[in-house]
Amino acid sequence: MDEISQVYHQKLTSRRVIMTISLLIVGLILLVFGIGLSISLGAKDISFSTVMNSIFTGKHALDSQIVRDVRLPRAVAAALVGAFLAVSGAVMQGMTRNPIAEPSVLGITQGATLTISIAFAMQAKIGGAGLMFIAFIGASLSGLLVYFLSSRSKNGVDPAKLALAGTALGTLFISVAVAIAMYHNLSQQLSFWIVGGLTTAKWEGVQLLFFAGIWGVIAAIILSPSITILSLGEEVAIGLGKKTNTVRIMGIIIVILLSGSSVAVAGNIAFVGLIVPQIVRSLVGPDYRLIIPCSFVLGATLLVFSDIIARMINQPYETPVGSITALLGVPFFLYLVRKGARVS
Amino acid sequence: MITYGKRKRVIWITTVFIILILFTILISLQLGSFSIKPWEVVQTFLGQGTRKQEIVLFSMRLPRIVMAILVGTALAVSGAILQSITKNDLADPGIMGISSGAALAVVMYIYFMNGNVYDGVSNLTIWTMPVVAFFGSILGAVLIYLFAWKKGINPTRLILIGIGINSAFQALMIIFQLRFTTQEFNRVMVWISGSIWGTSWIYVITILPWIIVFLFFAIYKARFLDVFLLGDHLSIGLGVQVEKARRILIFFAVALAGVATSVAGTISFLGLISPHIARKIVGPKHKLLLPVSALVGTLLLLISDTIARNIVAPAEIPVGIVVSIIGVPYFLYLMVKE
Repeated sequence: MDEISQVYHQKLTSRRVIMTISLLIVGLILLVFGIGLSISLGAKDISFSTVMNSIFTGKHALDSQIVRDVRLPRAVAAALVGAFLAVSGAVMQGMTRNPIAEPSVLGITQGATLTISIAFAMQAKIGGAGLMFIAFIGASLSGLLVYFLSSRSKNGVDPAKLALAGTALGTLFISVAVAIAMYHNLSQQLSFWIVGGLTTAKWEGVQLLFFAGIWGVIAAIILSPSITILSLGEEVAIGLGKKTNTVRIMGIIIVILLSGSSVAVAGNIAFVGLIVPQIVRSLVGPDYRLIIPCSFVLGATLLVFSDIIARMINQPYETPVGSITALLGVPFFLYLVRKGARVS
Repeated sequence: MITYGKRKRVIWITTVFIILILFTILISLQLGSFSIKPWEVVQTFLGQGTRKQEIVLFSMRLPRIVMAILVGTALAVSGAILQSITKNDLADPGIMGISSGAALAVVMYIYFMNGNVYDGVSNLTIWTMPVVAFFGSILGAVLIYLFAWKKGINPTRLILIGIGINSAFQALMIIFQLRFTTQEFNRVMVWISGSIWGTSWIYVITILPWIIVFLFFAIYKARFLDVFLLGDHLSIGLGVQVEKARRILIFFAVALAGVATSVAGTISFLGLISPHIARKIVGPKHKLLLPVSALVGTLLLLISDTIARNIVAPAEIPVGIVVSIIGVPYFLYLMVKE
């Protein structure tokens, strides 16, 4: 009971709160700086003062049009997608007590990609909102399937099994999606969703992303005390009078909202949900009331900077941001697997 | 010892598999954008076909079928060895990043050699490609082994580390691919998803000696694999130099997967399911398990390739995707049942 009393009964220590607040402040500063950088860098370099002018005054010069219609929505989309993926990773890690749980490791983003490819193949004229809804369906189906497969074993949900089932399902979903895309001659359109990128982010997508995801974030913050308790273990949670299944269902809905909407706008971006909550955890401790807001800010920052790297690394071409985050994420993944420790 | 009844059963099963493989080959030879009737296939083989039929059969479809046989054999045997050595049913060169190590090496090699994939592929490149793939797969295996080593190798950790290394290799590959032109990018993409693209005899000749040599040694060393299954303590007691034999066998398994990748891209799950099916049929003795795995792998890859070649004709989908669609449900079934 040591750990439990440590986490649950101890009030938020002032040290951790200070850590959290400073992390949030540093994160926000970096985020604003990153968004500014992201807007001014590109095929056409735009000076910082022009950026400011075009955002705050309504001049119709070419530069300000680029800023307002291309670069700004892209930067904001990167921030939102990063934030949502990080929060959904944090929620999943807390609920499953599994340090490598993450929407792309568990095949959830790939499920959304599959349903999107089916919608394309049926030539459904659905628009952004419809696409997002379809992504939700895919994310829900794959989430349920992974959970079902991994919980069939007798010893409960084993972290390694969860990851293996997720990887296998992810491979299957992507394979079927690619096959469908090739059958209907849509591979080029779909390859964007498979690797993940922010090239096509427009204001419409940003709005949808915001309105779909913000509920997930609010719910995650409200649910965070329960997630903390659940992360201490099933028995503890029940002992403390928590309805674990209700919390889990809520958590799954949050993850579906956040990762589904992210996939609909930016495709399959791997490992953001793995890296960020882990770093945050090591800094602010195991309380999800602190982890979730920090993950939100740092996730946004990470993806904004990854997107900048993705655009800069191979100019004038763009590298899919998903492969940048994968390269950043794999060392973490390896470290966590080696450590073999459960989130507890 | 192998009893008489069992031997009879094995011979019977082997015969069935060979007949199935021949049957699939016959079907595969007929199908395609230029379809040839069964008796025409036989006629052409007897030297009585038209010029067009001869070209399609002898220089396009037949080398591809031979290639599928070689690749299916190599991947299945590689998977069988890896599963026995790691004592993990879920080991597979494709899932664990060994194949993608080979693929990454080939992509980088082509990039640095000629900067384009097909037009500039010289004979030298073709001959050296298996070597490059081989070193790439060894690099992948060494990385996995190093990262997974922590006072010994834990089977689950090994697979998870493999999955991680695989993601990193794939991400690097995408970054390299983007430096190719669009057309070459698409071709490399198809190859990486697993596609038997070396459809001329020169590719067959290039990889044939490698596969035969590694296969021969692997089967020759198969008895060590039986001993490993008894556990390290017993193996040492029986006088087997465990670590040495293990490393040699890993080397063969990795080499087989690497060479197969150099001509067929990354095909996941074939090395996983073939040994499972084989084990169900002939049991865990490797002297039988390895050859029967090879037969199962060949049959599965031939069927998958026939589907891949014809389902969206005149285009084709990567055979790796067909194999995944067949293989993953089986994998998940194994996991649930376990």
